[in-house]
Amino acid sequence: MADPVSDHSIENHKGGGTSVPPPAVVVRGIVKRYGALAACDGVDLTMRAGEIHGVLGQNGAGKSTLMKILIGLVTPDEGSIAINGQDVRIGSPQIASDLGIGMVHQHFSLVDGLSVWENVVLGEKSHLDRSAARARVAEIGERYGLDVDPDARVSSLTAGQRQRVEIIKCLRRDPKILIFDEPTSVLTPEESSHLFGVLRNVVKTEGRTVALVSHKLEEVLRATDDITIMRDGKVVAFMRTNETDRHALAEAMVGRTVDLRGGKARQSSDSALIATEHAEPTPVLEVVNASVQTKAAGVQLANLSLSVMPGEIVGIAGVEGNGQRVLADVLSSLTALNSGSVKVKGRDIATGRPGAMSKSGIGVIPEDRHDSGCVLDMSVAENLVLADQESVAQRGFLDRKKITEQAEDLVKQFGVSCSSVDAPMWTLSGGNQQRVVLARELSTGPSVLVAAQPTRGLDVGAIEYMGERIKQAAADGVGVLLISSEIEELIELSDRILVMYRGAIVGEMKAGEIDMHRLGMMMGGAA
Amino acid sequence: MSTTPTAKRDRVELIALYVVSIVAAFVIAAILVNTSGGSWSKAVEAMINGAFKNPGRWGETLRRAAPLLIVAAGSAIAAKAGIINIGQEGQVLIGATGAAFIMTKIHPGSPLMLILGVLLGMLAGAAWAGISALLYYWRRVPVVLSTLLLVYLSSQITGYTMTRKFLLLEVIEGSPTKIQNSAKTAVNSRLGIMHIFGNNVPLTVPIAIIFAVGVAYMLAHSVWGFRLKMLGLNPRTAQRAGVSHVRFGTMALLTSGAAAGLAGSLMLATGESNYRASSGFAASVGWDGLLVALVARNNPYASIPVALAFASLHTGSNFLAAAGVESVLVDVIRGLLVLALFIPPAVSELRKKRRVLALMTERA
Repeated sequence: MADPVSDHSIENHKGGGTSVPPPAVVVRGIVKRYGALAACDGVDLTMRAGEIHGVLGQNGAGKSTLMKILIGLVTPDEGSIAINGQDVRIGSPQIASDLGIGMVHQHFSLVDGLSVWENVVLGEKSHLDRSAARARVAEIGERYGLDVDPDARVSSLTAGQRQRVEIIKCLRRDPKILIFDEPTSVLTPEESSHLFGVLRNVVKTEGRTVALVSHKLEEVLRATDDITIMRDGKVVAFMRTNETDRHALAEAMVGRTVDLRGGKARQSSDSALIATEHAEPTPVLEVVNASVQTKAAGVQLANLSLSVMPGEIVGIAGVEGNGQRVLADVLSSLTALNSGSVKVKGRDIATGRPGAMSKSGIGVIPEDRHDSGCVLDMSVAENLVLADQESVAQRGFLDRKKITEQAEDLVKQFGVSCSSVDAPMWTLSGGNQQRVVLARELSTGPSVLVAAQPTRGLDVGAIEYMGERIKQAAADGVGVLLISSEIEELIELSDRILVMYRGAIVGEMKAGEIDMHRLGMMMGGAA
Repeated sequence: MSTTPTAKRDRVELIALYVVSIVAAFVIAAILVNTSGGSWSKAVEAMINGAFKNPGRWGETLRRAAPLLIVAAGSAIAAKAGIINIGQEGQVLIGATGAAFIMTKIHPGSPLMLILGVLLGMLAGAAWAGISALLYYWRRVPVVLSTLLLVYLSSQITGYTMTRKFLLLEVIEGSPTKIQNSAKTAVNSRLGIMHIFGNNVPLTVPIAIIFAVGVAYMLAHSVWGFRLKMLGLNPRTAQRAGVSHVRFGTMALLTSGAAAGLAGSLMLATGESNYRASSGFAASVGWDGLLVALVARNNPYASIPVALAFASLHTGSNFLAAAGVESVLVDVIRGLLVLALFIPPAVSELRKKRRVLALMTERA
């Protein structure tokens, strides 16, 4: 606690002597490794006071890690940070807070049952003064145009209002440097533009520094002064906002290397498509005008339509949080549509009814296998028959021998490494758990396979295996819907790529005609 | 990765923990007895006499253990589905009250009336638990809360039926009744009692064992049990696989209520409180049965010895007063033992959770 304070006084001393004030934040050569993966690999970043600095990049580019380092949640392996020209070591969030760095997180950390002002003062150690706290919330709200009732329950607020509470919470500590992590991901366009107005106000009239972390081209162009673009843990470009355009940003964000891998891998699934096209011309999966809307999360799917032919691999590209998860949930019977329909081989399937999608022949590899893909406390063998117990039961009782035999067969066939098929699922590594899920979903002979982020968190060998299996399934006539935020993966496997943005399909490209510019722009909602 | 050595080590550790904590509980209990003016050796002797040695006592212990086991097995069904029913005390009482409508009202009774009475008792217990299911799936009222609070309502309702002649109040010619209870059950609607070596062992004992074994078998081997387990461990995966939370959750709760109702009606049929129902009829069988299930970690097989242990604490404690031990101390000792039986599984569960967490963060 004492260190940063003394740093400040030294810095003030120095500040008086020089005519040009040092940049608010200077990050040099930051490296953070997790095992073999470098989340940040020699990152440099300079942010000036009185400006909004955009940090642009895809998921996994290292933006979040960099920001976590700035607010003391993650300690870097190498590199240095200077705040207002003074070298600092940000070992904990407390130190960051003392240095005047605050962050508004992407996922709200509010307590639903408490009122707005209670949430704002949550975590304060000093004596609680109710009326002072309420007045302060109202005052900050008025000063920055963050209109929200201090006495409202958080549970009754919209996503936009909740974010205002988060911002008030952050501003209350009077930070000099504010970090916004994907702030518009849950906002409506009007709320977003209001937010940018607030940010502009904060930097202009009070000389604060704002970092805006985003993957949306449009908003970075609109709201920022400088842009740092990250890819694969490295800074690939730095631009002044008024000197650049969407095309340059999209290209820098997505990169060009991906083009190379597309061509050869695609051929096998292409031929499969041709082979099966004549036999069965109706799509195996049709989603027609699907809409999902909830009070808490707003519009999640907006009139989404798509279709998948037998033997076809359809990729869904898009930045995470644009409704992909909800789409997968609908196809897993976990979410009901408000309007629209889902058809398998032309037949309407009731949405939201337990087991209906699975029974109609939709296999799903969910994005989070622990959430809806497996039961960690059940054995491998049991996990392999979760969806289809009838096939291993007689008169309502399970045939343990048959379950074990079938499991041993699948374990061998899919190369699952486990101590025995009776071992609990949680003892397996992530890659092997994923193989179990894949084996189960394919063993029932589905007509559709939905694979959501199927290779996330897997090592290289497992990723390759997963790709082979998906291609094989398509070659066998299964219609595959591949939802991924890895563009390389999509290009390598898909016959067609659909781009999802704000709950709708905003564009489509055939495998042979992928244009990285356009893809990047559509993903950023700019095309 | 191999799990066997860890699993083996875990088991040894668990047993050691049990030994240590039970010994500790006994030591503390002995200190309590001695400091409150009793003698622990005499207290132990009295307990053993009361629970087993004195004439007819082990029959009494078994009579007490049977409904505990039935209640515990029922609780295990709900717990398997991830639903915490803690209102068995009320469900037992409502079950007995329901059974009383047939057993005490239809004379001279018959084995058919016995069966009908028991069925009505199960139905009543299920319906009572069903209120909680309804409240949960309709209005999201937590099951723990509603089942618990319904216990208090159940004794009021039973009490009410004992104040009206057209309901269950016993009609005695000439004298206005002060004691509010039902008439005796019809003689022919009672369940048999076996006489073994001078002990009266009611037929509920074999019924309870068959019930517990049946529940254990169903949970482990039926598709139904598999689905309940899936629902309890991961409701979203279960939903995708076709297990409806509303349907299976309700069913599990109704079944556990029916089990409590079965326990209550069988108690009435085998002469508990002299074949009369009253608002105090359940006599903590529901609470104790719930404790049995918790200590046995919802394993019906393990519930058999645990039910016996709890029943012997109950019957044994009746003899403690003669040994100069205050009877409230028995409740303290029972509490100590319950704690002692809880700590080991809780510790091992925590350790397992931590290990899984470590494993997952390491891989993340």
